[in-house]
Amino acid sequence: MTDVDDVVDGLRADLAAPDEAAASRRLHERLVAAAAERDLLDVAYRTVDSPVGRLLVAATPVGVVRVAFDRQGHDAALAELAATVSPRVLAGGARLDGAARALDAYFSGRSHRVEVALDLRLAAGFRRRVVEALPGIGWGEVVTYGELARRLGAPGAARAVGTGCARNPLPLLLPCHRVVPAAGGPGAYAGGADRKRWLLDLERGA
Amino acid sequence: MSLPPFEEVVALHSTTVLRVCRAVLGGGGGAADAEDAAADALLAALEAYPSLRPDSDVRAWLVTVAHRKALDVARRSARRPRRPLEEPGPATGADQGVGSDGALWAALRALPDKQRAAVTLRHVGDLAYAEVASAMGVSEAAARRSAADGLRALRASYRRTDDEEEMA
Repeated sequence: MTDVDDVVDGLRADLAAPDEAAASRRLHERLVAAAAERDLLDVAYRTVDSPVGRLLVAATPVGVVRVAFDRQGHDAALAELAATVSPRVLAGGARLDGAARALDAYFSGRSHRVEVALDLRLAAGFRRRVVEALPGIGWGEVVTYGELARRLGAPGAARAVGTGCARNPLPLLLPCHRVVPAAGGPGAYAGGADRKRWLLDLERGA
Repeated sequence: MSLPPFEEVVALHSTTVLRVCRAVLGGGGGAADAEDAAADALLAALEAYPSLRPDSDVRAWLVTVAHRKALDVARRSARRPRRPLEEPGPATGADQGVGSDGALWAALRALPDKQRAAVTLRHVGDLAYAEVASAMGVSEAAARRSAADGLRALRASYRRTDDEEEMA
């Protein structure tokens, strides 16, 4: 059987392209471009470096659908997108250019308002109402969970507001970090309490 | 259990997809054709992917799609008038493999269609014989026979190459 293995190994080596890594990259680029053109790019994503760590940013044709911090696990976020939105998930493409620029402008303080198309399909029911109310809290402003509940006409739903913020699929783009506990301190944050404090300091100009 | 992101599938298997396409099409002017076929295969797979059963063997499925797309491209280019450079034949120059300097690849391309398909699917695509059989539309026994016959022919040509080298 050694002979057979030699022949198979030799054949496989013959068939390897001179630079398979480069060929794979070319194939990936062609796939992303063709998928976008044929409306098959259901979810495009990229990772961007930021002052609060590496961020996963994913978008559907409607808009940005997910932002995930590294501590949330990018692979887990992608698996969830594949299961809940579509398994046609690919890295790359021009779709995330706007979101990457918007995040950059936010972190540099150039832009106090993030203007980028969003797809809110990952937040349903009351959670959807919570995240939709978040853009109403401006740069540098801070409200308590209870106050946001009152704004939503659901006084006493502070805990549900907390859940809505904790499970915000679009942190940073929808500023859940501006919602804090009445008892003081930054409170919990998907990206980590230290990062929430960092963001609040950034907006206070500290 | 649900399907993993297609990105993962591409990262794991695009090299195999390309090798299968090169087995059918590679060599000389065929290298670009092979890459075109691999691109076609990945796009077709992406389109069909959501309807794949989550417990499917994604790799085997992809190899089957790639082989079919490569045969499509081979048929299309057979109908197209060739320039002399595009004559099928042993790999040359920069496109040449490293394993047997392209001799096994050339021998593979010289095999009868069924043997070439069986060897490609089994030994390049790593499919089980049952999968080879269903991709080829033949019985498992026939698939085994074609792969064995094909491999025997390749081995004979491999030995011949060695002998020539020793004599040289």
